[in-house]
Amino acid sequence: MSKMKGAAALIESLRCEGVKHVFGYPGGAVLDIFDTLYETKDIQFVLVRHEQGAVHAADGYARATGKVGVCLVTSGPGATNTVTGIATACMDSIPIVIFSGQVSTHLIGNDAFQEADTVGITRPCTKHNFLVKDVADLARVIKEAFYIARTGRCGPVLVDLPKDIMKALVSFKYPEEVCLQGYNPTYKGHPGQIKRIVDHILKSRHPVIYAGGGIILSNASEDLITLARMTRIPVTTTLMGLGGFPSGDDLSLGMLGMHGTYVANMAVTETDCLIAIGARFDDRVTGKSEEFAPKAEIIHIDIDPTSISKNVQVDIPVVGDCRMVLLDIIALLKERKKDIGELHKRLDTWHTQIIGWKRDKPLRYHYSASIIKPQYVVEMIDKLTPDDTIIATEVGQNQMWTAQFYKFKKPRLLLTSGGLGTMGYGFPAAIGAQVAFPKRTVIDIAGDGSIQMNIQELATAVQYKLNVKVMILNNRYLGMVRQWQSFFYKKRYSHTSMAVSPDFVKLAQAYGANGMLVDKPSDVRGAIKDALETKGPVFVDFRVDPEEDVYPMVPAGAPIKNMLLV
Amino acid sequence: MRHVISVLVDNEAGVLSRVSGLFSGRGFNIESLSVAPTLDPKISKMVITTIGDDQVLEQIKKQLNKLVNVIKVADCVGKDYVEREMIMVKVQAKAENRPEVLRIADIFRAKVVDVCAKSYTMELTGAKEKLQAFVELLSPFGIIDFVRTGTVVMEREMQGRRKL
Repeated sequence: MSKMKGAAALIESLRCEGVKHVFGYPGGAVLDIFDTLYETKDIQFVLVRHEQGAVHAADGYARATGKVGVCLVTSGPGATNTVTGIATACMDSIPIVIFSGQVSTHLIGNDAFQEADTVGITRPCTKHNFLVKDVADLARVIKEAFYIARTGRCGPVLVDLPKDIMKALVSFKYPEEVCLQGYNPTYKGHPGQIKRIVDHILKSRHPVIYAGGGIILSNASEDLITLARMTRIPVTTTLMGLGGFPSGDDLSLGMLGMHGTYVANMAVTETDCLIAIGARFDDRVTGKSEEFAPKAEIIHIDIDPTSISKNVQVDIPVVGDCRMVLLDIIALLKERKKDIGELHKRLDTWHTQIIGWKRDKPLRYHYSASIIKPQYVVEMIDKLTPDDTIIATEVGQNQMWTAQFYKFKKPRLLLTSGGLGTMGYGFPAAIGAQVAFPKRTVIDIAGDGSIQMNIQELATAVQYKLNVKVMILNNRYLGMVRQWQSFFYKKRYSHTSMAVSPDFVKLAQAYGANGMLVDKPSDVRGAIKDALETKGPVFVDFRVDPEEDVYPMVPAGAPIKNMLLV
Repeated sequence: MRHVISVLVDNEAGVLSRVSGLFSGRGFNIESLSVAPTLDPKISKMVITTIGDDQVLEQIKKQLNKLVNVIKVADCVGKDYVEREMIMVKVQAKAENRPEVLRIADIFRAKVVDVCAKSYTMELTGAKEKLQAFVELLSPFGIIDFVRTGTVVMEREMQGRRKL
């Protein structure tokens, strides 16, 4: 067998993994890899403007497609710049593989130029990471990296590649199988536990399904819909679970938690049977955890054993893939037609109560004809975009208003940093999704603070003629922090004013993109339409009410039934 | 509550820091830790003693299992096991104290491994409490240096037959 350079073996391995797109940034330690990329036609490289953008783009690509996102950066600062992106993906269980350059093996530990202990730095924020010290291990390590990233509870995996390893010659053979003694995720749920779940559901009076990002990661949306419809159990989702169950469905309660709907939080507070599926009882969901679902027996289905009974004690745990467990539950339920009939009858009063909560305290805001309300912008975006539109958000008020007022009907349409709450995530994530789906509408709903955290990626969008539309809800504040200062710190707005921001229209134009300014409610609809019809990236600067707050809100640490409402 | 956990891991660079990083990152305690290769040079055994309630122990075990390089996790709760630790202690031994120091060593079956005009260095193996008592008895003479290995454990075999 003829030998090839490590760099060529890396590209060949990517081919074996079916990789079509790589996001990244070149540098000294990865020159050999970029030299190989120079003649690679079947893998498109997307040159970002900052390594953080590369990871978020790979992450957005992964969330939108369900495939593993890939990025490639250089050693030292290239690698350290990826850390925020990696931590973002890790918190939200997103499968990505990050290749980082490293100084040559004989220089490691010498404080060489652009050296950083990348494996050490990224150890706590990756699912796993590798330093390749022998070119003979390269193909095996890459195979393992992709396997670990996309199996079990998904997550980011980093592979650190010293420069001499990329130059070294190797006879390439991509392994067919992975052998990892210490890594065997459980997919199939325990049959005894599944039977207990079914019995439990069938004797419940006020059941609620609480669905998280695991529904989307395991492609279980259809099965969740089947389960909910056959049992008539209402469904609330987390931020990460939005789209996993169609918003607007009769059984949909919307999002729960700190900025969740009244009906969702009340239903969870009153339920006697909470069925948590692919969710992890995050503090933004539970509020005061001792008073979360206080009347319920809690069922928890999750692929990660560490999620179970971590924050809230669970009565019936099942470790397994959400989809496989749901299919088992559905199969068992199908044999219990009579019990289901009785359950339906019993749930009538529960549904009456839920309809009452929905009717009495819906999500709402006070429309104004003189000043643009940010919620109105999100509602209009929802109305004017096709059903398969991919929406990215930044973090803060823009994210919560999107979660509340954009009606996600399908999975993999929302790209948002849920766990880490990374400002600057949305724009590069939208770019990643647009690379995957050049023909679909991709929108980043941003704030004037967040957008400035990765605004340099506008050059990437222009260079690759990506149609990403950025809708900036510009309130001249770091709105969510200001809101907390307003509620809990006596309106002492310490350093949350964004009084000085660039002229986003001129800025977009300076990058070769289009920009629009909208300051009247009556212009909102037209501007969104114009933006959607304009080719290439567009920034729309909506001058919204500066002191609009996100409601409902549960103060941090309070039980979720204690909601501040408008 | 004190727990002893034994963990089989891949004998690779960086595995110790994955484990210790997990403990520090999640706020778990490590009271002692010993690591060495097993008979299979590709695998190492770690013995970790930690303090925490049942829920914490459960999380520690699950989190350890989640590490890709961890092959097996076992805790000793409810099991019959032998626990040992070794210490070496260098104690001042002036002429008038020498017989007394040696007598204590003899009672504990400690071994003198180095001797000089002013001190003895002794090694002693045993369970935590025994070592503690030994050190307390030697303290009045003046301890010059002290080192301990951390706990190692092994489960007892054939419990059924011994009960007969």
